[in-house]
Parts: sequence; C-alpha cells; structure tokens
Amino acid sequence: MAKEILQLTVNGQPREDAVAGNLLLIDYLREVVGLTGTKMGCDGGECGACTVLVDGRPRLSCLTLAASSAGRQVETIEGCARGGRMSHLQQAFHEKLGSQCGYCTPGMIMAAEGLVRRTPAPTQAQIRQALGGNICRCTGYVKIIESVEAAAAESAA
Amino acid sequence: MEYMPEFTVARPSSLAELVAARRANPGAHLLAGGTDLVANIRRGIVAPEHLIELTHVAELQGIAETSSGGLRIGAGVTLAALIEDERVEATFPVVVEAAHAVAAASHREVATLGGNLCLDTRCVYYNQSEWWRAANDYCLKHRGKICHVAPKGDHCFAAFSGDLAPALMVLGATVEIASADGKTRRCALPDIYTDDGLAHLRLTADDCLLAIDLTPPEPGLRTGYAKARVRGAIDFPLAGVAVALRRCGADLAELRVALTGTNSCPLLIEGTRDLVGAPLDADTLERLVGLLPKQIQPMSSTFTPPGYRRKVIANLTRTLTSRMFDEAA
Ligand SMILES: Cc1cc2nc3c(=O)[nH]c(=O)nc-3n(C[C@H](O)[C@H](O)[C@H](O)COP(=O)(O)OP(=O)(O)OC[C@H]3O[C@@H](n4cnc5c(N)ncnc54)[C@H](O)[C@@H]3O)c2cc1C
Ligand code: FES
Ligand code: FES
Repeated sequence: MAKEILQLTVNGQPREDAVAGNLLLIDYLREVVGLTGTKMGCDGGECGACTVLVDGRPRLSCLTLAASSAGRQVETIEGCARGGRMSHLQQAFHEKLGSQCGYCTPGMIMAAEGLVRRTPAPTQAQIRQALGGNICRCTGYVKIIESVEAAAAESAA
Repeated sequence: MEYMPEFTVARPSSLAELVAARRANPGAHLLAGGTDLVANIRRGIVAPEHLIELTHVAELQGIAETSSGGLRIGAGVTLAALIEDERVEATFPVVVEAAHAVAAASHREVATLGGNLCLDTRCVYYNQSEWWRAANDYCLKHRGKICHVAPKGDHCFAAFSGDLAPALMVLGATVEIASADGKTRRCALPDIYTDDGLAHLRLTADDCLLAIDLTPPEPGLRTGYAKARVRGAIDFPLAGVAVALRRCGADLAELRVALTGTNSCPLLIEGTRDLVGAPLDADTLERLVGLLPKQIQPMSSTFTPPGYRRKVIANLTRTLTSRMFDEAA
C-alpha cells in the first residue's frame, strides 16, 4: 500500500515517517515509534486505554488515522516524566493506588492530563466527566478519582 | 477480517477540493471525527476503498450568527466546540444538553455535528466483531440474509441513536447540503431521514452536510433533552426525548416533541399541535403519551427489550414535558 510522509511531533521530538494511509495513530505510536505505553483495550472507541493528547487535548488513538495527526503535537504516557521524575499525576496514581494491573492507567493519566492542563483545580464532577470514557477493570473508580484530585492538589501546592 | 482494510485518504481544504476529490474517488466515504466510521471499519462492517477527510474543509467549520439573529453551525464543528460556545449555550441550550449526552468527553473532542446527524443505524446483531457476526451468519444489514430482530420480514430495524437530531428537530433546524457538483440546497432536518435501518439517510452518496441553520427561538420557548442509557457516562441512547414548548398563562401555547433510539430515524412526533390551547393537565399528558405507540417502533435491537423501551419513552416524555411546562410558568 502506498505510503506518505508524516511529519509531526511526538513527546516534543519532531519526526518524519513513511506511513500507510490506513495506519492508526495507536499502531504508529506503538509499532513505528516504539512507544508501547499507549494500550489497545477494545475494538474501537469503547475503553479509553489508547488515550493520548493531540495538541494538548485527549484523543482516542485507536480511532484516529496516524496521517490525520500531521503537523500536530502528540503526547503519550512516555512524555509525562521529566528528568526521570514522574509527573504529579503518575506519582499520585502510584501513591493513591489508582492503578492495579496498570493496563488502563496510561489512558487514564493522559485523559486526566488533558483535563488538569485546562482546569488545574477540577471538581470531582469535572474529573468524572473527563474520565467518563476510560474503563478500568480492576482498581475501581474511587481510587482513580482520588489520584487525580491528589495530583491537582499537589500541583497547586 | 483484515485489521484495517486498505484505503486511500484525500484531505481537501475547501468545498471545491472536496467536490474534486469526490469526482476522483467515486463511492468514497466521508470521514469526520471518525468516532463512528473508524470503529465500524475496524469491525469490518464498512470497508471503504476511499475516504475523504472533512476536518480541513473550511466551509464546514465555524459557528456564525445569521442575519435573522440565529446561528449557522458548520457540520464539521466538534461537539466539544459546540458545548463550549457561549452563543449556543445562551440561545439553544438544548443543543448543548444533547451534545453533552453524546459518548464521553474524549469522543466529543473530535466527534462532529455532521457525523452525529449522519450516524449509521445500530443494532446488537450489527455492531459486533467479524467473528461474532460470522458465527451468527451475519444479518440483513451486512452480508446476511435475515434480520435477527424480525426474522420473518425483509426490513432492517437497526435504530438511529444520535442524540443531537431530536434536539435540533424541536428547534425547527434546517440543513444545508452540498451535492456532487458543489451546489447547495436546504431542507428541514426531518427530511434527510427515512425509517429504514438499511438506508436511513435520504442523502445521495455524493451529498455532504454543510451546516445546520437555527432561527432564533420564539420568546418564552422552553427546551430540554432527556435520555436513558445503560451506563450514564458513555452509552448510546436506549431512548432520547427532546421537548420544546411555550406557555401562555395557564395554557400550553406550543409543543414539539422529537425522539431518538426508537426507530431507524429520529422522529418529530405528529399530533402535538392538537394539544395546545389548554393547560397541561394529567389528561393532556396522557393524550401526548398516547400519540407515541403508533409512531414509535422500538425492536430488540438493543440489550433491553422493546417493552422496556416503550415504557421508558413514555415516562421520559411525560416527565420532561411536564417539567418544561412548570419551568415556563
Ligand atoms: C463508545 C461510544 C459511545 C458513543 N455514544 C454515543 C451517544 O451516546 N450518542 C451519540 O449520538 N453518538 C454516540 N457515539 C457515536 C459518535 O461518537 C457520535 O455520534 C459522533 O457525533 C459521530 O461524529 P463523527 O464526526 O465522529 O462521525 P464519523 O464517524 O466521522 O462519521 C459518521 C458517519 O457520518 C458520515 N458523515 C460525517 N460527516 C458528514 C457530513 N458532513 N455529511 C455527510 N455525511 C457525513 C460519515 O461518512 C459516517 O458515515 C458513540 C461512539 C462510541 C465509540
Ligand atoms: S483502544 Fe481506543 S478506546 Fe479502547
Ligand atoms: S488498573 Fe487494571 S484495568 Fe485499570
């Protein structure tokens, strides 16, 4: 299948890759860029495990064609840590037990990241809204919501 | 099934380029936010050879005030943008309410108004993986010979499940449509639909929804949207009801009710005009609910049985209409 050159930024790094038109953003990130933190949890749009940020806003990478992200800033869970230190959200999910098997966690954290960037002190209702499309099969949502609340409080401190 | 079939993608940036792309790629499917189409491609129920991505078509973007004081909302406007627009919230709050009820926040970032209105019809026997459908000998809507919902008939009962259509219908919205040659035409929103699960859109394969036009609401109009779904955070409507009404003193002066999730197209309920000119008492409410059974046709196309959905629709209609009437006082 014919490929085209895709130029975009992934976690701050400009990239240029030859991709097929039908390549999904999730497969581009995992298979071409090698960033396997983003997870595929369902057969399309049902679970949120694949959530990344595109230009700072949450995006389901399993429903997005890679080439549709041309010229955009894509961010994945691998881009959250800075200088070897976890982000406030990552740290809070760790400390508040917001993660058990961890499969949903990258998507949860990226959806939460999209929220706190625009709403640094979200209400619980806003957190529930923002994470409404993210499904967790083990932790239970209470701990996840508490993790986002703790991270927002830590960022404000 | 292949995980993703092979297709080409054109990315026009204007209506003229879109027209040219359609001419060059006959049978192409339009791709907006992809939250319905890409999921369907991944499940193998749509296998396009060509896609035309609408994201960059300038004529589909933006929300603009019209000379009549209403709004023209581009079909490419995302539901997140619609929800965030203060003019929409101030003038047509029911549109924001219905948009909020669509899927979850991350879907709404890319999901568009046009995609919502042109959403494919849905059924438990259709929106399944390839192996699931194959094990069931497929269905009338895709590759199969019978409708598992009504095996003796030759009709498909997949349900229309978009939340925005009823909200726009009670506001009397009109649609702008661009045809293959780029010429535009207008019609009332209900006119783009027909009650057939196989082909619920009256648009031709070359038509593209350009925008929705809303005229300013009549002074005193109260509107609301209510929806029943399995999971409150994310699911398609089992049934959705939009109501717009006006009150004159103790009497109902105007009433429009539209439904989604009950038939293969959204429905503007007929006969509501006969109820105006009197107070909305228990008797009038029962007459309103009495209009529904002959017009709706919920079938076993969802996980909940049709009888349950009939009850839910009646209750949602009754409670929402009565609440709007009280709030209009
Ligand atoms: C988990 C999940 C839950 C969902 N829940 C809901 C829900 O509760 N309520 C709801 O309404 N929807 C729901 N959806 C469906 C979908 O997200 C929305 O309906 C969305 O608005 C579709 O818009 P889109 O831009 O993503 O459409 P796309 O997927 O891009 O397109 C959908 C269809 O419309 C056609 N189309 C798009 N734009 C145009 C145009 N301008 N002119 C002509 N045809 C066009 C496409 O060709 C395609 O056939 C859900 C989806 C998922 C995955
Ligand atoms: S993998 Fe994208 S929503 Fe489930
Ligand atoms: S921690 Fe296992 S799915 Fe959420």
